[in-house]
Amino acid sequence: MTDTVVAATPPLDVARVRQDFPILQRTVRDKPLVYLDNSATTQRPESVIEAMANFYRTSNANVHRGVHLLSEEATDAYEGARNKVAAFLNADSPQSVIFTRNTTESVNLVAHAWARRHMREGDEILLTVMEHHSNLVPWQLLAQERGVKLKFLDIDDSGHLQLDNLSEVLNEHTRLVSLAHVSNTLGTANAIPTIACAAHSVGAKVFVDGAQGVPHGPVDVQALDCDFYAFSPHKALGPLGIGVLWGRRDVLEEMDPFLGGGEMIRDVTLERSTWAAVPHKFEAGTPSVADAVGLGASIDYLENLGMSAIRQHEVKINEYLLPRLRELPWLTIYGPEDPHDRCGLASFNDNQIHAHDLGTILDQHGVAVRAGHHCAKPLMRRLGVMATTRASFYVYNDLDDVDHLIDALIEARKVFGLAT
Amino acid sequence: MQGLDDLYREVILDHYRSPHGAAAIENAAVKVEGFNPLCGDELVMELSVDSDGRIDGLHIEPNGCSISVASASMLAQQLTGKSLDDAIALKETFKSVMRGESWPEGQDFGDLEALEGVKNFPVRIKCALLAWMTLEQALAQYDPELANQVEADDDIEVKTH
Repeated sequence: MTDTVVAATPPLDVARVRQDFPILQRTVRDKPLVYLDNSATTQRPESVIEAMANFYRTSNANVHRGVHLLSEEATDAYEGARNKVAAFLNADSPQSVIFTRNTTESVNLVAHAWARRHMREGDEILLTVMEHHSNLVPWQLLAQERGVKLKFLDIDDSGHLQLDNLSEVLNEHTRLVSLAHVSNTLGTANAIPTIACAAHSVGAKVFVDGAQGVPHGPVDVQALDCDFYAFSPHKALGPLGIGVLWGRRDVLEEMDPFLGGGEMIRDVTLERSTWAAVPHKFEAGTPSVADAVGLGASIDYLENLGMSAIRQHEVKINEYLLPRLRELPWLTIYGPEDPHDRCGLASFNDNQIHAHDLGTILDQHGVAVRAGHHCAKPLMRRLGVMATTRASFYVYNDLDDVDHLIDALIEARKVFGLAT
Repeated sequence: MQGLDDLYREVILDHYRSPHGAAAIENAAVKVEGFNPLCGDELVMELSVDSDGRIDGLHIEPNGCSISVASASMLAQQLTGKSLDDAIALKETFKSVMRGESWPEGQDFGDLEALEGVKNFPVRIKCALLAWMTLEQALAQYDPELANQVEADDDIEVKTH
C-alpha cells in the first residue's frame, strides 16, 4: 500500500458500487446491514460470484492433466488467474505466484520450504509486536524445533513501528524479517522498503504478510523490495479458500517442496521423485480452480475501480471517522492519528463497556463489527487490553455507515445506563 | 429494543458494576483459573469449605464482559454458605437452562433467573457459563470423587493450582 495517490483519480461512486454486492440488500435483525467487518472478510460482487458459478456451469474440469477441451479451458482459466495476480502485484513473472489456501498457509509454506532449509540454531528471525498469529505461530514452531531466536520490533504510542534501533536489532545472525504490510488491528501501514533495505544489508530475507495490504491500495512487490509477499483474496472481494504467495524467482527455485502429492512432480518411481518446476512444485493436489477464477474476477473488479481510488476512499472515510470517534469522550482509540497513516479501520474501547457487549449491541443495530483480540493477542497485551472493538471499512461503505456506527455506540451507553 | 432489554436487564448490570465475591478469603482450599480462549475472558476463583462441608468463602476475580462478570457475581452471591451438594445441583440446573431448558418450577433462583435472556444470544452463552465451568473444576479439585462430573468443554479451559 503506497500513498503516492494520483490527485486526479476519480472518487469511488459508492452508490453504484453498492449495487454490485447482492448481500448488501439483506437486512440484519430488521435493520439494513452496515457491514464493518471487512478486515475479517469482505463481501463479493456479483461478477465474482457469477465467474465462479459460470466456471462450474461451463468449464469445470481438473487442470494440467486432461487432453480434453474442458480440461484445457479449466487450465487456461486457472493459469489466467495467475497471470492476473502477477500483473496486479507487479511481479517479475507469473511463475513466481503460488496459489495456497490463505495467507496462513503461505507463511507456513515459507517456514517449511525455505526456513527449514536455511535456518539453524543461533539464527534469528525479526518479527513485530503487531503481528497476526498467522505470522507468529509458524515461526514459534520453527524456533522450538531449530533453536532459532525470535526478536521483535516494538510500537510507539501512536501505533507505528519503532525503527530507530533497527540497525542494532538486525545483525549477521538475522536470516529473516517477517512483518505485516498493514496491521489488522491498528491499521498502521509499515515502511516496508526502509525495513527491507536494512534487512538485505545484513543478508536477511523479507517476508511481508499482505493480508491487510493488498485490499487497501496499490501493491508493487518489486518497489516494496521484499522477497516474499502473501495475501488472502477473500479480504479483497475475492473468494474464501484461496491464498497467494509471491516469492522472488531465484529464492523459489532453490526451495524444497512444501506438500507432496500429485501436480507437484516431474517423475515418480516407487522409491523417489523429482519435482515439477516453480510454481507447480508448491501446489500439490487438485487446486481450487473455481476460487482462482473468482480471484481473477475480483482483481478485474478492483482494477476497474482503481486501487488508488480505493486508497483515497479509505482516507476520506478515516478523515470523517476518526474525528467522529474522538467526539465520544468515553472511547479510547488505538493506532495512528493521521488518517493517511492507516487503512480504513479503527479499533477502540468504551471505558465502561466490554468489547463483546459493544459488539452484541452494535449487531442489534445492524452494525457488524469484530470484537475480540483480532488474532493479535501479543498486541492486545502490548496495548494493555483484553480486547478491542474494530470497525473496518471497504469500497461499499460510505460516511453514512460511520454515522450508523456512532449512533449505535451512543445507544450502547444508554443500554448500560451511562452518560452520553 | 426487545432483545437487548432482555439481555442487559438492570439486575445484570448491577452485578457487573459491583460484583459479589470481590473480598479476599482466608484458608482457600482451592484456586482455579477459568479462561475462554475464543474471547479472552478469564476469571480466578478461590473457594474455602468449612468442617460441615459448606462453602464458607468464595472469592472471584472476573475479567471479561458484563455477562461473564454478572454470572460470576451471581454464583458467588448464591453459593456462599451453601453445601457442596447444593452447589453441584445449582451448577447443573444453570447449565441445563443455558442449553435451552426452563428453570425448574416451584424454586426461586433469585437474580440468576435474569440470565435466561442470554439463551437468545447463542454466541454469548459461553460468557455466562465460564464461572460455572470453573466452579466445576474447583469442586473436582476439592473432592476428587467429583471429578467424574467435570464436563469436557472445547471452548473453556480451566487451570488448577
